[in-house]
Amino acid sequence: MAELVKVKINGQEFEAEKGKLLIEAARENGIEIPAFCYKEGYSLQAACRMCLVEVEGTPKLQVGCTLPVDVNRDGTPMVVHTESDTVKAARKSTLELLLTNHPLDCPVCDKGGECELQDMVFRYGAGESRYTERKVHTPEKQWSPVVFFDAPRCILCYRCVRACNEGMGVGALGIGNRGVVAEIIPNKHDHLECDECGACIDICPVGALTSGIYRYQTRPWEMNHVGTICTHCSDGCKTTLGVRDGEIMRGNNRDSSGINGEFLCVKGRYGFDFVNHPDRLQTPLLRNAAGGFDEISWAQALDLVSKKFTEVKSKNGKFGVIGSNHTTNEENYFLQKFARQGLGTKNIDHHRTGDLATLFDALSGKTDALASMQDVYTAKAVLVVGSDLAQQHPLLSFQARANYRHHAAHIYAVTTGEVREDKQAVASVRVQKGGELAGVESLRDKLKAEANLVIVFGDTVQGDALRKLVAFGDSLGIPVKYVGLVDYSNSRGAYDMDLLPRDGGLSREQMLAAADLDVLWVVGANPLKSAALASKNACVVVQDMFLTETAKAATLVLPAASAYEKNGTVTNVTGEVQKLKQAIKVMGTKTDLEIMGSIAKEMGLNLGIWLPEKMLEEIRSTVHGYNVALPVLSSGAAVATQPLNGKVAALPGTIGSAGDTLFTSGTLGRYSKTLNSVMEAPGSLYGGKDH
Amino acid sequence: MAKKLYNEPSPLETKVISKRWGLEGSETLDVYLANDGFKAFLKAREMTPEAIIEEVKTSALRGRGGAGFPTGLKWSFVPRTSPKPKYIVVNGDESEPGTCKDRLLIEYDPHNLIEGILIAGLAMDAHKGYIYIRGEYRFVIEKMNKAIAEAYARGYLGKNIAGTGFDFDLYTHSGAGAYECGEETALLDSLEGKRGVPRMKPPFPAVAGAWASPTLLNNVETFASVPAIIRDGGAAYAALGTPKNGGTRLLCLSGHVNKPGVYEIPLGFPMMKAINELGGGMRNGKKLKAVVPGGSSCPILLASECDIAMDYDTVAKAGSMLGSGGMVVLDEDTDMVAVALRIMRFYAHESCGWCIPCREGTTWLRKILQRFNDGGGRHEDIALIGDVAKNMFGRTFCALGDAAAMPTMSIIQKFSHEFEERLAKQGSGLVSING
Amino acid sequence: MLQSYPEGKKRSAVVPMLIYAQDETGAVTAELIEEVAKRCEVTPLQVDEVVGYYSMLHRKPQGKFHVQVCTNISCMLVGGTELYDQACKKLGLGHKQTAADGVFSLEEVECMGACSWAPMVAINYDYHHNVTPEQFDALIEGLKRAQ
Repeated sequence: MAELVKVKINGQEFEAEKGKLLIEAARENGIEIPAFCYKEGYSLQAACRMCLVEVEGTPKLQVGCTLPVDVNRDGTPMVVHTESDTVKAARKSTLELLLTNHPLDCPVCDKGGECELQDMVFRYGAGESRYTERKVHTPEKQWSPVVFFDAPRCILCYRCVRACNEGMGVGALGIGNRGVVAEIIPNKHDHLECDECGACIDICPVGALTSGIYRYQTRPWEMNHVGTICTHCSDGCKTTLGVRDGEIMRGNNRDSSGINGEFLCVKGRYGFDFVNHPDRLQTPLLRNAAGGFDEISWAQALDLVSKKFTEVKSKNGKFGVIGSNHTTNEENYFLQKFARQGLGTKNIDHHRTGDLATLFDALSGKTDALASMQDVYTAKAVLVVGSDLAQQHPLLSFQARANYRHHAAHIYAVTTGEVREDKQAVASVRVQKGGELAGVESLRDKLKAEANLVIVFGDTVQGDALRKLVAFGDSLGIPVKYVGLVDYSNSRGAYDMDLLPRDGGLSREQMLAAADLDVLWVVGANPLKSAALASKNACVVVQDMFLTETAKAATLVLPAASAYEKNGTVTNVTGEVQKLKQAIKVMGTKTDLEIMGSIAKEMGLNLGIWLPEKMLEEIRSTVHGYNVALPVLSSGAAVATQPLNGKVAALPGTIGSAGDTLFTSGTLGRYSKTLNSVMEAPGSLYGGKDH
Repeated sequence: MAKKLYNEPSPLETKVISKRWGLEGSETLDVYLANDGFKAFLKAREMTPEAIIEEVKTSALRGRGGAGFPTGLKWSFVPRTSPKPKYIVVNGDESEPGTCKDRLLIEYDPHNLIEGILIAGLAMDAHKGYIYIRGEYRFVIEKMNKAIAEAYARGYLGKNIAGTGFDFDLYTHSGAGAYECGEETALLDSLEGKRGVPRMKPPFPAVAGAWASPTLLNNVETFASVPAIIRDGGAAYAALGTPKNGGTRLLCLSGHVNKPGVYEIPLGFPMMKAINELGGGMRNGKKLKAVVPGGSSCPILLASECDIAMDYDTVAKAGSMLGSGGMVVLDEDTDMVAVALRIMRFYAHESCGWCIPCREGTTWLRKILQRFNDGGGRHEDIALIGDVAKNMFGRTFCALGDAAAMPTMSIIQKFSHEFEERLAKQGSGLVSING
Repeated sequence: MLQSYPEGKKRSAVVPMLIYAQDETGAVTAELIEEVAKRCEVTPLQVDEVVGYYSMLHRKPQGKFHVQVCTNISCMLVGGTELYDQACKKLGLGHKQTAADGVFSLEEVECMGACSWAPMVAINYDYHHNVTPEQFDALIEGLKRAQ
């Protein structure tokens, strides 16, 4: 515990940790010292001079963002004034100086209404300017499909430079020129080669950095802001969707209230645009005699499906049910209930992207062995095995980096190629695929000396190798927690909701290979992209947003809603449940829950009321570890699950990641104009292959 | 045989660090050795580091770069026993307008600088040094490199220097055009291959300087003064000057005097004597109007304020600074609007752009002054210039903002009538404001 | 050059390497930035930042004879401004302009440290002190002839 000292701010006496920055100590006591360049968690700049305060006994104004709280030499408390006339006059003059070259194009600036400079001028004045000279002007530049830079608006607070370098570990932004023409510059002279995460745009206090897809589209106050969970990778970032007239205008995380804090990657920020792709399905499709599709009504479609399912069920036919890595827990739960109770089949599975079954089995009997997203930020050491986190799990990568930056955590990497973690790593070991365990073993002595450890591992560590990894963890004699990586927004939930071929059910591969399959019901998945269906006579029912390879082979296609058009919950890679909140509605689509519920109703099945909240109630009381606290969940926070529940039987089928890059995202990515544009842009870092 | 210097020496000088300047071959090691060279180093080798630092303290030597910080005190801040390597860094960025002395110390007597650096190396237990020289001074860098090569060849640098067992490596490092790099922490960033933007202090360079190691950083002239201090004793050196203002320093006299030049004078030398005798009086028989006492960042003194002794404290009392020794003399015909503009053009050009008040303030002032000088002045500009400068003063990240504000504030304070006269000459005052 | 700096501190060579390389290549090109970055083990962006900062580093070639006239205070007081005006006329160039034939370029520069021997002109790295208008013209003519 740090030593506490007394400090007097604006006449009130407080206790603060000795050495704490004044701006922080003041804020903890409810006193805000304004600043542009100061940003918690990033390196100090002392550049904007807005946080100047008066400290008694010091003739010059002092910089609040770099001034450590301490007692005076004579032992008396530091006496600080943050709102004295002198201080306010200094702020006003700094703003006046700042506005000399800042264009007053607020009426058309994207930032208008959310601009920190506007707010500051509003508070401290400088409404009148004595500046009558010509302003420095340079034309706006486009640095990437999603990043535009308007240098005259830039106040040079260097937040973007730090967010990119320190936060993202990319370092794509720097400072060019000097003096009044100094400006932010991109790493490739006239364009950016980076993660395209948009953190620079988010952190910009003014409208200097703007988003390629949002700029000049709307005003902030014309939108409803809907906080929901990103539907791409499994990290579970909160993204706040700005919705105007039923259209998503932008994604960001201005309130930083999610588990991702200030972080969002390119997918969370821009990857929502698949929702209004022209190929989006908006009416049910029925295969016709010519091999094409006819548009039919929902009533006809539901009638056809329910009759088919009832018919096959009544003659004890063979069903195959493949669920999704993106649909909600409620939908997944309902689907497995439908399959097991409604159709009487055990043939249910999903694309398993990580070996959670073996992990949970190997950890059975342990408590506190699964790491949370926060643990990756607070652990003393983090070991990454067989994954390029920056590509596939950008939030986990960000957490590890922040942990290194803020807590000097020891980072280790055992991977097949170079990874971003190498820059922070105490040790990086390069291995051949399959050689991960030997690589981990080579770090034994170092890891043994750590106080605790989080091991994050990818899909190459599965089965026996995974059991050995856990045994290795046990042998270190220190607390070890694990993150078993899975690919998508609800991959973990699909596993937890039991979309699994337990007790003799057919795996995904087995279903596709079964020549006598009568019905293949695919909900939000694309298994036929990489495999053929053996049964020639199977009725294939597909719920999806797009005419995927699987949908193209379907008998009947039902247009489904995306995660941004749903309420419900999803579970992220670290087992934390979060709420999806419906942002928009796309005409002609139904949520998968509604589709399944309607089919059940048509079939006369009683599987419970198909409302998300009702299903969640049932999940809480029946799914092990999911008795999550509703008030916490409702508040938008993440709630940890406790899935470790004793022995888990081995499952048939294969496990493997789809291998998406930072810029790809399975089917959703293929239909995202923005993700495709950053991939095609010059200097794109992560072209990757089409998944 | 005497060699031709850039300007004739004056009999009024007290030659300590410039005493070898007129000697033919003064830049060679042989001439240096024949004229007291390396005696101080050999003496220092027999002293403890504490004793060396004590001697420097006794000398009352103050930093010759501009700030005038007591050198011995600065030396005592370096943690000599730190397990990290320690570095000696020499500030030869000499960029303060009016200043042209450090180059002479290298051009004429580079081995004296080497000896000063070696003595500092002994005192700091440092074994590596860098002489940062502004990029424009390529010929100076080449002279220094030649001297360094000669010293290496003759065993006065490298391993086992002069048989004493002391090792020291010395290098030059070229700048590339940036006044700001004369600020010691900006210089260190520049030395590390970065933009020359000043660092946050603390930590001070003494503790975490070059490559985050303890670093002793002084001006060329400061290091060049050290051999004489060690050789003849700190007390003898101090006695040349006035209390707390030890020794001699180089005065760079420029502007409207008959004999501009670089002269070595003791601290406390009378300013008027410098103008009238050293400088040979005002050119063309004009009257003295004002003096910039120590480089363009110093507040300007009126002729009536110049009857003072030139030591740090007296000049400070008069409201200005002794600065870097660049004394610019202005005669009665000097247009102070043009002077203010020229000074501000310089600082706006050299502002690194890091902090808002300096970046925007210097540019704004430059624009107002340019407009004013071009005949587009308005009455309210006069107060505005003073006010913008005042708002910049004391609020910037580093001293460049102050350096720009101080002369400007003093000109507005002391010569506002000249601004008024300009307005009167403009006539109607109806001019374009965006010209 | 890289050996002058402590182990692992190759970045320190960035500024001198750039300026010495520029003397050879005539300007700082994108290729030069890449090369310096590689040798000094930094990113090209980190080199680019430096190039923009220092006034002696330039991305476009200057003349074979780069004429620099100081007009800062000490020079200004004794004819520096007039000398610069004369240089503009004599060379037919303005600030930071290069002649079409690439022989001369002109720059009005800040204080170069020759204040006591003002006004001063530098041509490339050569300093000329106490330059009179006549001397300036003679200097330029001499360079033209040498050309």
